[in-house]
Amino acid sequence: MAAPSENTSSGLMVKAVREGIFAGVIALGMFILYVGIETYQDIDNRLVWRTRWGLLAIFVAVAAIGRFLMVGVIKPHLDRRKLAKAKSGILEISEEKSFFHRHFLKIALIALLLYPMASVWLFGTQGSLKYVDNFGIQILIYVMLAWGLNIVVGLAGLLDLGYVAFYAVGAYSYALLSAHLGLSFWVLLPLAGILAALWGVILGFPVLRLRGDYLAIVTLAFGEIIRLVLINWTDVTRGTFGISGIKKASVFGIWSFDVGSPNYFPKAFGLATSSAYYKIFLFYVILALCLLTAYVTIRLRRMPIGRAWEALREDEIACRSLGINTVTTKLTAFATGAMFGGFAGSFFATRQGFVSPESFVFLESAVILAIVVLGGMGSLTGIAIAAVVMVGGTELLREMAFLKLVFGPDFTPELYRMLLFGLAMVIVMLFKPRGFVGTREPTAFLKERKVVSGSFTKEGHG
Amino acid sequence: MAGESLLKVQGVETYYGNIRALAGVDVEVNKGEIVSLIGANGAGKSTLMMTICGSPQARNGQVIFDGEDITRLPTHLIARKRIAQSPEGRRIFPRMTVLENLQMGAGLDNLKYFAEDVEKIFTLFPRLKERQSQRGGTLSGGEQQMLSIGRALMARPKLLLLDEPSLGLAPLIVKGIFEAIKKLNQEEGLTVFLVEQNAFAALKLSDRAYVMVNGKVTMSGPGRELLANPEVRAAYLEGGRH
Ligand SMILES: Nc1ncnc2c1ncn2[C@@H]1O[C@H](COP(=O)(O)OP(=O)(O)OP(=O)(O)O)[C@@H](O)[C@H]1O
Ligand SMILES: [Mg+2]
Repeated sequence: MAAPSENTSSGLMVKAVREGIFAGVIALGMFILYVGIETYQDIDNRLVWRTRWGLLAIFVAVAAIGRFLMVGVIKPHLDRRKLAKAKSGILEISEEKSFFHRHFLKIALIALLLYPMASVWLFGTQGSLKYVDNFGIQILIYVMLAWGLNIVVGLAGLLDLGYVAFYAVGAYSYALLSAHLGLSFWVLLPLAGILAALWGVILGFPVLRLRGDYLAIVTLAFGEIIRLVLINWTDVTRGTFGISGIKKASVFGIWSFDVGSPNYFPKAFGLATSSAYYKIFLFYVILALCLLTAYVTIRLRRMPIGRAWEALREDEIACRSLGINTVTTKLTAFATGAMFGGFAGSFFATRQGFVSPESFVFLESAVILAIVVLGGMGSLTGIAIAAVVMVGGTELLREMAFLKLVFGPDFTPELYRMLLFGLAMVIVMLFKPRGFVGTREPTAFLKERKVVSGSFTKEGHG
Repeated sequence: MAGESLLKVQGVETYYGNIRALAGVDVEVNKGEIVSLIGANGAGKSTLMMTICGSPQARNGQVIFDGEDITRLPTHLIARKRIAQSPEGRRIFPRMTVLENLQMGAGLDNLKYFAEDVEKIFTLFPRLKERQSQRGGTLSGGEQQMLSIGRALMARPKLLLLDEPSLGLAPLIVKGIFEAIKKLNQEEGLTVFLVEQNAFAALKLSDRAYVMVNGKVTMSGPGRELLANPEVRAAYLEGGRH
């Protein structure tokens, strides 16, 4: 064995070096004009150019070394692992799941409940703000939105590109009604959900006959219409200025988070004045909303309406000939999805204290849809993972100040957010075309549970 | 029981746009009967089956079911009258499991008789029992056909419509399916209206039969009589069977 393996390994090195050099040359050719040369205006407003050979060298080196490692180290390693698995008889799917795997949901829930406490303990009250708000709340909002959209896209199979419209309806419902009627968050939260659901039905009616691409385009237009109304109906929405000074949520009307209030929360508990407590409270609110969304989704899947949604995604004509009213089935899917969008919207409004049409652009719909697709349509766990990776990952970019050392002081990593988002999507879709969790959990059993794996099947690209 | 009319199709004309697929069809199915419909490709057999279910709706004429005019009812309401169809192309739900597909069929009674009826389907088609948690789309063609028929039966239909139950199946499985139909008819009094290319087997199985040509019924009569008819033999039997 020794001789041939040495033989192939030295052959492999030659191949890796050759491919590495090749990749470097291609990178040089591709980047020499874009990266190697930079144009700028000098003091006399003339367009002149200067060279950036150092930066170019970094690009070329990354390409060459990356390719070298890929061919020489990573790929053989993966192959060896596959071979070892095949030899030991353990296939990709092992029946024996690890402890972590079996109790994943419980562990995740406990971790989430402890998360704000842990960040206060680790980073102090003020230091925890970043972790609770920027990471925790931000990610959970997207989890909730994606789970809401999942009902429409993942379960009922209705491609909705304008989901952000319902998010906007929820946010503006809360902002306007709390300003004009003085109602509290806890009254307006369900109301915002109901209003958004109503808009879901209003959207649903005209698009009942549409499917696939056509449906997608109309929902896209619907999302834009809502945004344009928000911009142009200045008497009510104040247009692009947005609405500010939105009331904070209270702890069920008992304690308030307004510093001036007599029952200011931190004061009532003898704590120092800090906005962190409000954020921690909001974290638990959005966590509860997420859990509600998940609970409702799981319950509905086991009920006639949920089964009808999933059947509708597969074959509309068959549904009808089995006695399912496809009109009401579609409308309830739109309405239910929209309702959760509305909840998330009113939460967003109270968290930001400010809403403007800028928060509800098409890009938001696209990001939410991307999270649903990446997670694996229909899978709550997969979608949550996708939200953590995508939203958490882009938030992490803000922390990457050290990259300035490499790319120069003008480099703002946040600007590359969408680039990385796209790159991550391409990579995930290459390796896991059905998303992180491509398995669909069946809902009907006679005796024992069995997971039907998507990886066994080739039909469809769902 | 037998002799009482269950389904009456009178002068039905169905159009796809401007194309007339059914040109005034009269068909009658009595309670407890097995009636078959044979005809060349494109004669309009599947169109008739779908018209009975209201998708597409007949432009002229009437469909009467159990004494009630159902011509203008939407499809899902027709289904709720207990007309179940195993349609052309089977149309099972590919990403759902066998059991879930059967569940979809039992939706009309909100799964009240589910456990009981599933057992019956599994005795009828033991293959489905073995494959109960497999996804519909990964079943073999024959298994999908069994599932499609099973799903239709889960609705406890008064009238079962079968569109080419033997399509693409091995002779042994065809025999099994036809035996199952016969058994349901004899033991449970199920009324069946079926379309078949396999004219020999269909005519032998059924009490009465219709022959359709270019959207019109050209011949009808007891199955055995048509089987002996020289015209039918020439058009649908000879060369087709050995
Ligand atoms: N959706 C449709 N749009 C336009 N024409 C249609 C449509 N469906 C069927 N047709 C036409 O109507 C006629 C009858 O079709 P149908 O499917 O009823 O035939 P069939 O008797 O079931 O044939 P086969 O034995 O091949 O299944 C054919 O000429 C067909 O081309
Ligand atoms: Mg046909």
